[in-house]
Amino acid sequence: MDTDHTPDSILVKATGVGKRVNGPGGSLTILDDVSLQLASGEVTAILGASGSGKSTLLGLLAGLDEASSGQIELFGTPLNALDEDQRAALRAGKVGFVFQSFQLLPGMTALENVMLPLELAGVARPAQGAGEALRQVGLADRLHHYPAQLSGGEQQRVAIARAFASGPKVLFADEPTGSLDQATGSRIIDLLFRMREQTGAALLLVTHDERLAARCDHRLQIENGRLEQDTW
Amino acid sequence: MNTLLLALRFLRHDWRSGELRLLVLALIIAVSAVTAVGFFTNRVEQAMVLQANQVMAADLVLFSHRPIAESFEQRATELGLRTAHTLSFPSVILHRDETQLVEVKAVSRDYPLRGELRVRPQAAAEEQRVTRPPAAGNLWGEARLMAALELQPGDRVSLGELNLNLEQILSRDSALGNNFFRLGPEVLIALEDIPKTGLVTPASRVHYRLLVAGERNPVESYQRWARTRLPRGVRLEHLSSARPELRNTLDRGSRFLSLAALVAVLVAGATVALSTRRFVERQSDTSAIMRCLGASQSLILWVLLLRLLLLGLLASLLGIAVGWLAQYLLAGLLSDWFGGTLPSPTPWPILVGLGTGLITLVGFTLPPALRLGAVPPLRVLRRDLGAPPVSTWLLAVCAIGAMALLMRWQAGDATLAGWVLLGTLGTVSLLLLAGWLLIRLLRPLRHRGGTRWRQGLAGLLRDPAMTTLQLTGFGLGILAMLLLGIIRTDLLDAWHRTIPEQAPNHFLINIQPENVAGMQEFFRREQIQPAGIYPMLRARLTRINDKPVAPEQYQDDRAQRLVEREFNLSWAVEPQTGSRIVSGRWWGDENREAPLFSVETGIAETLGIKLGDRLGFDLAGVPIEARVANLRQVRWDSFQPNFFVIGTPALLRDHPTNYITSFYLPPGREALLAQLVRQYPSVTIIDVSAIMRQIREIMQRGSLAVEYVFLFTLAAGLLMLYAGIQASREHRRQESVVLRTLGMQRRGLIEAAGIEFVTLGLLAGTLASLCATATGWFIATEVFGFNFQPSLWTAIVGILGSGSAIGIAGVLATWPLTVRPPLRMLQDG
Repeated sequence: MDTDHTPDSILVKATGVGKRVNGPGGSLTILDDVSLQLASGEVTAILGASGSGKSTLLGLLAGLDEASSGQIELFGTPLNALDEDQRAALRAGKVGFVFQSFQLLPGMTALENVMLPLELAGVARPAQGAGEALRQVGLADRLHHYPAQLSGGEQQRVAIARAFASGPKVLFADEPTGSLDQATGSRIIDLLFRMREQTGAALLLVTHDERLAARCDHRLQIENGRLEQDTW
Repeated sequence: MNTLLLALRFLRHDWRSGELRLLVLALIIAVSAVTAVGFFTNRVEQAMVLQANQVMAADLVLFSHRPIAESFEQRATELGLRTAHTLSFPSVILHRDETQLVEVKAVSRDYPLRGELRVRPQAAAEEQRVTRPPAAGNLWGEARLMAALELQPGDRVSLGELNLNLEQILSRDSALGNNFFRLGPEVLIALEDIPKTGLVTPASRVHYRLLVAGERNPVESYQRWARTRLPRGVRLEHLSSARPELRNTLDRGSRFLSLAALVAVLVAGATVALSTRRFVERQSDTSAIMRCLGASQSLILWVLLLRLLLLGLLASLLGIAVGWLAQYLLAGLLSDWFGGTLPSPTPWPILVGLGTGLITLVGFTLPPALRLGAVPPLRVLRRDLGAPPVSTWLLAVCAIGAMALLMRWQAGDATLAGWVLLGTLGTVSLLLLAGWLLIRLLRPLRHRGGTRWRQGLAGLLRDPAMTTLQLTGFGLGILAMLLLGIIRTDLLDAWHRTIPEQAPNHFLINIQPENVAGMQEFFRREQIQPAGIYPMLRARLTRINDKPVAPEQYQDDRAQRLVEREFNLSWAVEPQTGSRIVSGRWWGDENREAPLFSVETGIAETLGIKLGDRLGFDLAGVPIEARVANLRQVRWDSFQPNFFVIGTPALLRDHPTNYITSFYLPPGREALLAQLVRQYPSVTIIDVSAIMRQIREIMQRGSLAVEYVFLFTLAAGLLMLYAGIQASREHRRQESVVLRTLGMQRRGLIEAAGIEFVTLGLLAGTLASLCATATGWFIATEVFGFNFQPSLWTAIVGILGSGSAIGIAGVLATWPLTVRPPLRMLQDG
C-alpha cells in the first residue's frame, strides 16, 4: 500500500506484522507479514472471510495484544516498546472502539458507559460530553437505561456514542453490524459514517460486507493471514 | 434417548470444562469438614467417655454395701468383659502410737480397668506409671498420710491386725469418681489382705464395687442385663450417673464439639449456595440450545438432576475420603494427648457425610436448577433472556429446610441447633436487608467521585441480586469464623474460668458452731481465703405438699437415691455466689423470718418439685415444713459448698448445725492440714484436688478438639470467600476487557476492584460481628449457662479483617484479568 501522506499524519503503521499462536496441532500462523498504514481522516475497510485473521489484525493495530513479529506504530509510538499499561494509556481518549457484540458494561447505564472514555482521558464534566454524544446518536431519552433495557440497535448506538465521545483520532470497528438485522445495520452504518465525518476521525473497519466496504476510501483484503490486495 | 447416558456425557463435559469445579470443591470441603469433624468428634467423644470412665476405673460399676452376687461377675465374663473388685471403708492407720484416719481401698489384681495408677518410690522421686496395684503385704499411701504420720517408704504401719510395708507413695489414682468425699488420705492395699486385717465383718459399713469394662456393645448389653436384675441396695453406676461436676464438664465438652461441627455445616451451605448460582447461569445456554434442538423441559430437568445427583455422590465420597484422611492424620497427632491411640470411629460419620453432601446439594441447588427447564429457547439468539426468576420463598424454604435438617442432625441437641439456626437466619435476613439498603444508598453516589470510585460502585450495582448474594455469603463466612473465634477464645475461656486456677481444692466439714470464729482466725493467720463458712444440716425429705415421699414412687435411680438418703440443707440470708434464681424470688429482708425454701433446679426436676410446693423434712426427728419460694440454678463445678435445699434463717437456725467451707490450698502447704486437724479434731478434711485435675484435663482436651475443628471451618470459610469472589468473575472479566480497551490501566482496574470488595468486606464484617456477638451471647448464656462479656476485639477483627481479607482476595482474583491481553479475552468470548 503506497502512501503520499506526511509522517505526522500517519496514525497507524504496521510493518511486516505476524501473529502465531500455539494450538493443539502445534504453532498456527494467524497473520503473516502484514504491512499497512492508516492516515488521519482516512476510512479503510479490512475485508475477509471468517477466520482470515482480520479481527486479530484489528486488535494488534489497536494494541490489544502483542504481535509475534514485525512492528506496529500507533500515533508514531512503536507498540512493541510499550507494556500493557503503557499501551492502554496511549489509547485512552484517542482511540474509539465499536464491537460486534457491543461490549457495554451491564452494570452501568447508557450515560455511564459513554462517560467512561471521557473519564479515562481526564475530560472535565464527562457527564455533559457523554449526554451530548448520546443525543447525537438519538438516545437522549435513554440516558439512564441499562444495556439490558435497550434493543440491539440501541445498544450499538450507545457503543458508537461511547466510541466518539472522547473525540478520538482513530476509530476501530469490528463487524459493527454483525449482530444486527439489515435495516438496523444500515442505520447504524449511516450513523457511524455521519459521526466520523463530523469528527474527522480515521476509521479502520473490519467487515465481510462488500457494500459496507464500498463506502470506505480504501479496502484491504485479507486471506489466510496475508494481505492479498489493496484497492482505493 | 437414554437420560442417564446423556447425563453422564454432560457430566464428563462439565468436568472437563471446569464449570463444576468450584461447586464440587465446595461440596468436597463441606463434606470433608463435616466428615472429619464427625469422625474426629466421634473418636474424641469416645476417648473422652473412656477418660471419664477412668474416673470410675471402669465403664460400669456395681455398687453395694454388701458383697455383690457372683452372678453379676459371671455374666460379665460370659460377655467377654473384664472385671475387678474394690472394697473401701474408712479406718485408722497406726504408726508408733500416732494414728491417722484414712480411706482404705482394697483392690483386686486387675484394678484399675480404666485410668491409671501413679506412684513415687520416694518423696522427691519422679512419678511412675504402674500397671498393677500393691501386692499382698504392701500398702501405698498418699503424700498427706506421709506428712501426717511423718512416714517414709519402707516404714511398717498397722491397719487393724495386719502389719504392712509402706511400699510407695500413691501420687495418682485416677478412679476418684466414686470416692469424691474422702474423709482422709487414700491408702491402697491388695484385696487378699482384707481378711487378715480383721476389719471387715458382716456388720461393717463397707462399700463393695464390681468394676466392669470392655468393648462398647457387650458393655451396653451387660448394662441392659444388669439393670433389670439389680437387687435392692445394689446400684449400677455409669458415666451419666457419675458426679455432676464431671457430667457437666463432659456435657459441655461435647456441646462445644457439636457447635464447631454446626458452624462447619453452616459454611458448607453458604459455599454451595454461592457456587450454584454461577453454575446455573452458565447452564442457561446449554438448556436453551437443548430446547432449540427439541429437548423437552422434563428431559432437561432429569438430565440436570441426574448430573447433580451423580455429582453429589461423587463429591460426597471424595469428601468422606478427604475427611477420613484429615482426621486420621490429626488424630495421630492428638492421640498423645489422649494417652495412646484414639478409639476407632463408628461408620456413622460416613452416613452423615453422604447425607450432608446430598442434603446440601439438594437444598441449595434444587430451586435454581429447576428453573433451567424453563429457559426460553430464544436465549440462543437473545442472551439477555434467562430463566424466569426463582421464587424467593421456594429458595428460602429449601435452604432453611436443608440447614435445619443438617443442624438438628449434627447437633443432636435441639436447643443448640435451634439457637444456631435462629442466629443464622437472623444473620441472613440482616445481610439481605443490608444488601438491599446498600444498593439503594449507593445508587445516588454512583455519579459522584472519580472513575475508580464509580467503577467500584458500579461493580456493586451491576447486579443487585449478585451483590446481595455475595454480601450474604461473605457475611456468613465471616460470621462462621468469628463465631468460632468467639467459641475458641471467649467461650472456652469462660469454660476454663468455671474452675479458676485457685478454685477451692479442699472442703472442711463437721465444723462445730463454737469453732467457726477460731477457724476464721486460723485462715486469716495462714493467709488462706476460704469460700465462706456455711451452716449445714442433714435432713430427709418426707413430704411434697400433702403426699408422703417414698422411693417406689420414682422410676429414676437418682430420684430413688435422693429420697432414700439425707440431704444437706443450709440456711442463708443472701443467695450464694455463683447460683442463679431461675424462678420465684430470693427472700428479702421482709420475709427472712418466714418459713421458705430455695430448691436447686436439678433436684426439683428429678423429684418433681415445683415453685410454691410445700416440702416436709425430717430433721433429726423434728418435722419441718415450708413453701418453695424459688428455684435456683447451681454451678456444681464451681467447687464452692453448694446445697440442694436452702431455708430461711428463721426456719433452720435453731436446729443443731455444723458448718462447711472450702478453700484453696497451694501446693507444698499440705502440712497445714495436719495442723488444722490437730487444732480442730472434729473437723473432717476432704481433698478434691485430684478430681479438679481430671476435670481440667478433660477441659484442655476438649479445647484442643475444638481448636482442631476450627481449622476445618476456617478452610471452608476461606473457600466460601473464594466462591463469593468467583461468583462475579464473569462480570469482572467483561468489564476488564472493555475498560482496558478504552484505555484504563491495570492500577485503575485493581483500585476499582479494591473499592468494590473492601466495601463489601467492611459491610459483611460489620454485620457478621454484630451477629456473631449476639449469637455468641445467646449460646453462652442460654446453652452453656456462662456469663459472656462481648469483646470489642471481635468487632475490630471482624470488620477490619473482613474488609482487608475480602479486599485483598478480590484484588488477587482480579489480577489475572489484568494480565491477559484484552484481544485474547475478547476472542475467548
